[in-house]
Amino acid sequence: MLTPEEWAIVALSLRVSGVAMAVTLPVAFGLAYLLSRGRFPGRSLVDAVVHLPLVLPPVVTGWLLLLAFGRNGPVGGWLEAAFGVSVIFRWTGAAIAAGIMALPLMVRAIRLSIDAVDRRLEGAARTLGAGPWRTFATITLPLCLPGVLAGLVLGFARSIGEFGATITFVSNIPGETRTLPIAIYSALQIPGNDDAVWRLAGLSVALSLAALVVSEWLARRGQDDRAGHVL
Amino acid sequence: MSFDIALRRRLGARDIALTFKADDGLTVLFGPSGAGKTSVLNMVAGLLTPDAGHVRVGGATLFDAAARVDVAPERRRIGYVFQDGRLFPHLRVRANLLYGWRLAAEADRWIGLDEVVAFLGLGELLDRWPRSLSGGEAQRVAIGRALLSGARTLLMDEPLASLDASRRGEIIAVIERVRDDLKLPILYVTHDPAEAERLGTQLVAMG
Repeated sequence: MLTPEEWAIVALSLRVSGVAMAVTLPVAFGLAYLLSRGRFPGRSLVDAVVHLPLVLPPVVTGWLLLLAFGRNGPVGGWLEAAFGVSVIFRWTGAAIAAGIMALPLMVRAIRLSIDAVDRRLEGAARTLGAGPWRTFATITLPLCLPGVLAGLVLGFARSIGEFGATITFVSNIPGETRTLPIAIYSALQIPGNDDAVWRLAGLSVALSLAALVVSEWLARRGQDDRAGHVL
Repeated sequence: MSFDIALRRRLGARDIALTFKADDGLTVLFGPSGAGKTSVLNMVAGLLTPDAGHVRVGGATLFDAAARVDVAPERRRIGYVFQDGRLFPHLRVRANLLYGWRLAAEADRWIGLDEVVAFLGLGELLDRWPRSLSGGEAQRVAIGRALLSGARTLLMDEPLASLDASRRGEIIAVIERVRDDLKLPILYVTHDPAEAERLGTQLVAMG
């Protein structure tokens, strides 16, 4: 089975992706809601920027993160001055990279599920005495929840596999930023290390497959729910 | 006077305008498809904002463009029965029925769940999901849900339109009992002259 070091790599990867998802999910939901329901100038620009990490070479995304979060960067300089923290070469930086790379996938999945919510049901809730917030919490959110969860699982799988932006942004530091894919890459650099590569790669495949299955299952459940709208 | 309504609203290329007053009973808003009848109901319910005019229901001003009054739909106490029932698909029948009841102030609850269940014959349906209901069953639940929300007035938008001919009699009987037994003022939209003739105590022509 896995060696203690390999378990530590898995634990680090799960921590990086877990934190990335916890922070990215509310952001992704907010953006998805804005893009689904909002009518404001610059909407297509927001849409394009959100999708940028999906089409940019990951190394460019990593470099842009480096510029933004570096000591002299706009975000990094502020973090340093306000809190005395830096995310460069830290696992927190790896989480930021993982979150940014997962964001477009999550926004897409969540937005589709918000688009699919029948807005006339929200009108019905209003006539029954529910204010806008209660309508959101009791009608809109439960109806789009399967899509939100599917987006979360998809984003988690994407962030577990994140490589290019991470290695560019926070490098390859054992125990700090060497996540599963980076560990596989490192193991490949050492001749005669095939066993470790096989084990880590197998683990990667298993994690991704599980995430895809769960995501598909959630998406199907969402469709069943929506079929029930038609009376 | 139950309804005192004067509305104008531009929707795309259409101009919807209607002025009428009606007493208690069932007022039929009658006209061809596309005349804007549903838009009128939506404006009375507060789901669509008129460009001009006023909406007074049961003596209360719910909208008045000149006086800048626009009561939010959730505070109008108007029950709305939609053409397609529009039950919440993620809630069982019981939770659908109680959705508005739970939100209503204690003093506004003039009818309880047991009473509504008996009145509309919903006993067998309480634990069912909306998707498993027939059109007529869904429409009865929708009427019950509106009554339970503490509504003082009902709006009905072609509630028979999505039903088989054989089921219509059942819902017509229910609507007559809401009109005669509960004495709730109803504003009822239809394009069917027979329906208007049978149910209406007053007629407002549109379009």
